[in-house]
Amino acid sequence: MAAGQLSLQLPYMNNFPEFLTFNLGVYVEKFVKWLDINFGDFFEAVSNAILWLMIHIEDLLLWLPWWLVVIVVLIMGWRFSSVIAGIVFSLMLVLVGTFGYWDYMMYTLAIVLASVIISLIFGIPIGILMAYSSYVQALMRPVLDFMQTMPSFVYLIPAMLLFGLGKVPAVFATTVYAIPPVIRLTDLGIRQVSKEMVEAAISFGSGSWDVLTKVQLPQALPAIMAGINQTTMMALSMVVIASMIGAKGLGMEVLIAINRIEIGRGFEAGLGIVIIAIIMDRISQGIANRFKIPG
Amino acid sequence: MPVKVEVKNLTKIFGRNPKAILEKVKQGMSKEKILEDTGHTVGIRNASFQVEEGEVFVIMGLSGSGKSTLIRCLNLLNKPTAGEIYVDGDNILEYDKKQLKKFRQEKVAMVFQHFGLLSHRTVIGNVEYGLEVKKIPKNERCEIAKKAIANAGLAGWENKMPNELSGGMQQRVGLARALANDPDILLMDEPFSALDPLIRRDMQYELMELQSRLKKTIIFITHDINEAFKIGDRVAVMKDGVIEQIGTPEELLASPESEYIENFVKDIDRSKVLQAKHVMFKPTVLVSIKEGLKAAMMEMKSNGISSVFVVDSEKRLQGIVTIDDTIKAIKENKTLREILKHDYYTTDCEAFLQDLIPKATDTKYPLAVIDEDGKLLGLISRVSVLSALV
Repeated sequence: MAAGQLSLQLPYMNNFPEFLTFNLGVYVEKFVKWLDINFGDFFEAVSNAILWLMIHIEDLLLWLPWWLVVIVVLIMGWRFSSVIAGIVFSLMLVLVGTFGYWDYMMYTLAIVLASVIISLIFGIPIGILMAYSSYVQALMRPVLDFMQTMPSFVYLIPAMLLFGLGKVPAVFATTVYAIPPVIRLTDLGIRQVSKEMVEAAISFGSGSWDVLTKVQLPQALPAIMAGINQTTMMALSMVVIASMIGAKGLGMEVLIAINRIEIGRGFEAGLGIVIIAIIMDRISQGIANRFKIPG
Repeated sequence: MPVKVEVKNLTKIFGRNPKAILEKVKQGMSKEKILEDTGHTVGIRNASFQVEEGEVFVIMGLSGSGKSTLIRCLNLLNKPTAGEIYVDGDNILEYDKKQLKKFRQEKVAMVFQHFGLLSHRTVIGNVEYGLEVKKIPKNERCEIAKKAIANAGLAGWENKMPNELSGGMQQRVGLARALANDPDILLMDEPFSALDPLIRRDMQYELMELQSRLKKTIIFITHDINEAFKIGDRVAVMKDGVIEQIGTPEELLASPESEYIENFVKDIDRSKVLQAKHVMFKPTVLVSIKEGLKAAMMEMKSNGISSVFVVDSEKRLQGIVTIDDTIKAIKENKTLREILKHDYYTTDCEAFLQDLIPKATDTKYPLAVIDEDGKLLGLISRVSVLSALV
């Protein structure tokens, strides 16, 4: 009774006051447009570079005979996991082929590989900078948190505005979403190197390049490999979403199936993605284990 | 011996703005007060010392006394806040980057408490590291490393990973790595503290043996006074970043300058530090072999003793005679040389008291201290061996 009376007298208590408005979205929109107008050439150059990388990876993957891919996966599964894993992985690949999705699978793989390569090219140096400078670390931490917590769909809009439709914005959005783990784990891996080991290296007159390449990076390698594994998984999880802006592949099949409510098609394409994920995860984990430092 | 390393008024302060605190340190403000007022930690306060070439200089102190900070200043892993460090007459604080690199590559090498081995490299990969940084060609450095590994007693382990080795062996790798670089100065930061006692003793012994061959200048950090006194030619005792006293083990033992050092020294087993030369006395009664039986008898009679050592004209020890034998010999017309006995013990002046205890309990004569030519330097009464231990 008393509460009701209070809310009648003071309407602000129940509803957020209307006069307090701040249209952040408007400014973000303006900023992205401003970027597009003023740095158009830059984005075009970036776009061409990504496209070049994508096309080459795609061509290579499509050129490879299917049986060769199956055999390579068989051998890698066997070497990095077990014989049974190798056989299961290759059978799974054949299964995706029987759905009629071999080419789509390769398109998807191309996007993932391109994004992972770009993530490594930028992620590892950024991680190293973070490990060396607490300043950079303090600056990057919130940026990385932001990148990881922002719903991944949101990246599609600026990607589309800056790069149009198709493969390039898909790779861009996927990279933005997938890069944080490799940065974080490079940073962590280098910071975890024992102080005495670094001191020992310096005491023998190593320059900073020697310390980085002969001590810190080899020591951090297991962590970096774990980061690459996570980055790969995140890139794969982004491909369905990236298909919304016109990236061909298994993701687009899923999207079409959703729109048309075709359960069978959706299941087949979805299973294809799961299979790629399992194979890539197990093989990259196997490789990462190879780099584990004894003791 | 020429001075190899000279440290003058070295001060190291940790914190945001160490230079600003320097004045307070100079005024003698206490470590606790500075930490409370400014958040800065005083690591070393005005330390000065000299290390001679070929000397083993031990810096001893409890944890937090600044000893590790100090040794890290000597190869500039820590940058001193104030003071000077001269190595072979050069102030290393004035070195630029390139000179410093060269200095670290050629003159000093460090051995670490937890070994500091690169766990991603094999044993030989670790030992090669210093040479690799020096850009020595692969074949050559492989050869040097193999030799260093063999010298450390690890032949056959070259291709093992460090984690496959025991602690003692890992530290041998650390030592081999340091020596492979053939440095003049060896910095050892509590190298044996992480090892178990038996291995530690072996390693101390091996280090001493190594040093007698190589004659490096060694600066050695430890918190164990027994270790310090065992291997150190001179020992510096540190407390709260200040060097309290520098001296030979005997000097510290005989005249500790502060209560802190006295407490330290209390724990030490004196028999392991004191040597024959510290407890022997100059023989007051001696008989020359030329003087003959009568003189020997007179000496014993006038000093009220029942036996006397006999020397030749160059003071070389010839033997001992007892009063009974002397009297008998005079009656039987024998010479002094004929009745000399040799059932006494001799020792050199470097022998530790510890090793003399069994001899002292076994004999009825004093122990004779002689040099390598057989010259008699002094005598040690049985009483003094046993009483010096208390």
